[in-house]
Amino acid sequence: MMEPNRNPAISGSEGGLVAVQRRVGAAVVAALIGVFVLFGVGLAQPDTLHNAAHDARHAFAFPCH
Amino acid sequence: MLRRVLVTGLSAGLLAGLFVAAIQIAWITPIILEAEIYESAEARTEAPDPASRPGTSGASFVLPAAERLEGPAAERLEGNEGAWAPEDGLERTLFTVLANVLTGVGFGLILVAAVTLSGRHVDPGRGVLWGLAGFAVFTLAPALGLPPELPGMAAADLGARQTWWIGTVISTTGGLALIVFARHRLLKGLGVALLLAPHAVGAPHPGQFGGKVPGELAAEFAVASLFTAALFWTALGGIAGYFHRKIS
Repeated sequence: MMEPNRNPAISGSEGGLVAVQRRVGAAVVAALIGVFVLFGVGLAQPDTLHNAAHDARHAFAFPCH
Repeated sequence: MLRRVLVTGLSAGLLAGLFVAAIQIAWITPIILEAEIYESAEARTEAPDPASRPGTSGASFVLPAAERLEGPAAERLEGNEGAWAPEDGLERTLFTVLANVLTGVGFGLILVAAVTLSGRHVDPGRGVLWGLAGFAVFTLAPALGLPPELPGMAAADLGARQTWWIGTVISTTGGLALIVFARHRLLKGLGVALLLAPHAVGAPHPGQFGGKVPGELAAEFAVASLFTAALFWTALGGIAGYFHRKIS
């Protein structure tokens, strides 16, 4: 179990801690959606996905073929 | 908070994706199409006739109809003929636009997530710096081991390359974050080690050269790909910074 963040600079009050939790929660959700989308466009193996995104995969230098 | 993060990431990704799609269609796709002539020559076991190649100036990559590939699925896959693929022309272009927008949205969400996690305020100028960090993480560091690759180039096993690519992205992210945000010197030193680690391990490469694509074309593609990615990340960071300031 993780220790709660005791750094007074960012969690001086309970309200501050809640704000940090909301910020981190929002960042994690956004990052997970971003990774999911990128995996589908850039890395997923199924032929249909590969062919649809083929030129963009090469252009962004994702490993392809 | 979540809504703000998602709206910022989605908007910036959409705009930067459309921006980079335009550059890609004008500059990168023609190089890919030309490379596919050599790739398909491999399948036909005959060398393309150099005399039939379009000229060497950058503006002449539009291929004559007779040179265009038939059955895009056959050429875009190695040993997976028959799978669906968009038809060359408008359909292929539209899917490239869609793929670019989705790539932009994916990178945009990750970029805004990182900014949010840092708890720092950004404006367009600072956003560009964040974007350049994204360029270093997702383009430059992986390209040091796996240069942008055209269809028909010799390459190592796909799974091994993807594994190294993902590992490099994670390691470079951690390294940059420690160098920029950590206060202790030891942690900054660890950041440098994380930046170097993937390159000490080394990217997987094929045992020998033997791709069908001319070196000149591959060199031109590598530069075009890296330059376009730099423009994309600069735009993505700047736009994300603009929306981030406007919405907050």
